[in-house]
Amino acid sequence: MLSRRELFKGLAMAAAAAAAEQVFPGVLFATTAVPPGANGLSWKKAPCRFCGTGCGLLIGVDNGRAVAVKGDPASTVNRGLCCVKGYHSVMALYGKDRLTHALVRRNGQMVKVPMQEALDLVASKLKETIQQSGKDSVSIYGSGQWTIPDGYVASKLFKGGIGTNNVEANARLCMSSAVTGFMTSFGLDEPMGCYDDIDHADVFVLWGNNMAEMHPVLFSRMLERRVTNSSIKIIDLATRWTRTSMAADRSILFKPQTDLAIANAICHELIRNGWTNSTFIQSHVSFHEGRTNIGYGTQDKFAFTDEPKPSTLEDFRKRLEEYTPENVEQLSGVPAKDIRYLASLYGDPAKKCVSFWCMGMNQHTRGTWIQNNVYNIHLLTGKISTPGNSPFSLTGQPSACGTVREVGTLTNRLPHGETTNEQDRQMAAEIWGVPVANIPVKPTYHTVEMFRALDRGDIKFMWIQVTNPMVTMPKLKRYRDGMKKDGRFVVVSDVYPTPTTDIADVILPSAFWIEREGIFGNSERRTQQWDQLVDPPGEAMSDTWQLIEVARRMGHGKLFPWSKETHVRDIFNEYRRFHHGPAHEMATYDALRANPGVQWPCPNGKETKWRYHAKWDPAAKGVSWDFYGKPDHKAWIWFRPYEPAAESPDKDFPFWLNTGRVVEHWHTGSLTRRIPILHQAVPNSYVELNPIDAKRIGVRNGEGVRLTSRRGTLVLPAMIDGRGRPPEGMVFVPFFDESLLINELTLDAFCPISKQPDYKKCAVKVERA
Amino acid sequence: MPIKSYLAYPVPGHAETVTQALAAFDGCDVFPALNQDVLILVTDTQDEPSESWLEEQLALVPDLQCLALVSGLNPDLVQINPTLEHSC
Repeated sequence: MLSRRELFKGLAMAAAAAAAEQVFPGVLFATTAVPPGANGLSWKKAPCRFCGTGCGLLIGVDNGRAVAVKGDPASTVNRGLCCVKGYHSVMALYGKDRLTHALVRRNGQMVKVPMQEALDLVASKLKETIQQSGKDSVSIYGSGQWTIPDGYVASKLFKGGIGTNNVEANARLCMSSAVTGFMTSFGLDEPMGCYDDIDHADVFVLWGNNMAEMHPVLFSRMLERRVTNSSIKIIDLATRWTRTSMAADRSILFKPQTDLAIANAICHELIRNGWTNSTFIQSHVSFHEGRTNIGYGTQDKFAFTDEPKPSTLEDFRKRLEEYTPENVEQLSGVPAKDIRYLASLYGDPAKKCVSFWCMGMNQHTRGTWIQNNVYNIHLLTGKISTPGNSPFSLTGQPSACGTVREVGTLTNRLPHGETTNEQDRQMAAEIWGVPVANIPVKPTYHTVEMFRALDRGDIKFMWIQVTNPMVTMPKLKRYRDGMKKDGRFVVVSDVYPTPTTDIADVILPSAFWIEREGIFGNSERRTQQWDQLVDPPGEAMSDTWQLIEVARRMGHGKLFPWSKETHVRDIFNEYRRFHHGPAHEMATYDALRANPGVQWPCPNGKETKWRYHAKWDPAAKGVSWDFYGKPDHKAWIWFRPYEPAAESPDKDFPFWLNTGRVVEHWHTGSLTRRIPILHQAVPNSYVELNPIDAKRIGVRNGEGVRLTSRRGTLVLPAMIDGRGRPPEGMVFVPFFDESLLINELTLDAFCPISKQPDYKKCAVKVERA
Repeated sequence: MPIKSYLAYPVPGHAETVTQALAAFDGCDVFPALNQDVLILVTDTQDEPSESWLEEQLALVPDLQCLALVSGLNPDLVQINPTLEHSC
């Protein structure tokens, strides 16, 4: 048996590794937290539960308890490495306050009830609400932490069974701009490349992406690549100085929102200098323009539809004329010589280029546009869909891609395609065994609008699974007040108490991660399966099975005929039918069980590493690129201009507020704050200030700073020259701390195309508290 | 006694000899970095005298220019998980 001392030795090692990472971003210790094979442990594979990288882990189980973790050397994602969260992940299973029994609110108090009674109540309340107020008065809100079976069953119940498109997931808050970016430029979602691009690229440009903290294992791989080849360049293009900046070859800071203009200036320089790949452009690219001055969605029931118009390379060139490096220097603060330097890297035909991004480009009121603009750079140079040439959107949750994007747990999506497409609805009806008329055509509410609808009373019932919107929603007060109104019924399935369970009418205890069988899908189209390794505590039950139990109680049992023993395999086999064909064929369940992960498309059992090129992708026709997602088989270059943020600093609120994460904590901290070492490393949130601003307002490290926006106020301890340093006129606050809710201050403005809110830009006043 | 972890910084060019010297002590595990001049040292001692003895010996290791304590965990005392305050 692995002793408590052995476990703590592993944790001590991991803490030291995390400390070393602070001093040497990307430092590699090729070892494990606990020696392999220690004292007869059984080691079983599972993907990491935290970010979207999808590291393969081996979990050491002893006497029914998960006691150790090591990186899986067989996983091509992490090759045996882990980050500090991964090493400690199993400790999140054993928090003292795990939810183990169902709770129901009676007379204002939460009362413990048998799980079956709670499920009866959820089903009867759903039926009653539908009867009284219609199908569109009930909703489900899940997340990118939903397993593929969780999301699939939720979509099948709500869209196929109940007949409402009120299905959304928190991935709307973290990557829907990536989806609309891919869809508008390529017609199909998800990256064309894979992590192997890191082993081939010469240049990495990180667009607003603090990879050293957010994707540390991939960052380590990138630094390792540079160790073996000193000509490799890593450029950190960001709005604040971070650990990533420290390790990069060049740190370039830009003013918030001006990434749109910088990308256009790079395109301007590529064309002006003749650094484009004209053969590629002629054969594989078409040009388009869309609407401008498109708004910010801050008012209820905001609607927007783009109107694509065909254009030409010459039109595009003319549109870019105003984006000279000098003009953009004035706007962005980036010296013209740095813009030219970036263009020279992308434009050098001898250099392979990867662009990485995540929340900086996604959480952006022009999130779709900035994705289009970065794709434009890769398309003008033909640096795409070949090893080492990749515009690469990373994700923040373990199955944002696998569940939300591929299963389609968004109001407008189905497991294959869109609700508005008749063929897609017919396919869903046939596979689900429901009349096609059951599946509504029209999308209803995206996430922000869904919570607005709950506030207005248009939605009266919401079931929230595996997410914590009472920490994550922007302009939080409105949505918290809305959920607490009379006549709303909120069910929350989770593993720990959170600010969201605090306002629930029913709390259902969920089986967590390896306490149930499951499947995730990571950022590089890799599907990852794991078996149940340990038992859940008390009456905790998987989110999948909770949904099936409720569906059966509502009379939809025929749609969910599976047994408890085989339902995950059965669900996946049904779901796989949606993606049959060379463009998205998924691996068999047996193949998933046998491997740390398998990338799709996987026709005839062979993974596709690079899409849209006939050399690697069986779905591509011809001998080279084939962007088959678009009817014209071409990738679309869009002209997208710079437009300002929804709210910018002014006389009354003179600072930018930027929010984000730290390496030790994941999302709202509901898991990582229950892991002692991670909690002790960063026990509370703080506000990063530039030292000049701190001096001006008379604040020293650790002293209280009051931040005030038009929506709320919050006092946090100051962090000056810590791990990050914002420029003058900006503050940064991590959002993981439920006792210091920074989203009380943020604005619910969103990208009108993706409907993803911008958590990176609003205006605040900064004072000594 | 606590399990401790340190970052150990050898004199440049002497990582190998420092690794070997540290690994020779009972209760010491050493994990050299692959791409930087830094080591992780994890110590596990049975009682206070052995802890003191080890600390004295570590201070004498040649070519070890700095030893920075990162964590000290006593498995017999550490509470496994903090609990956050909620209404349920």
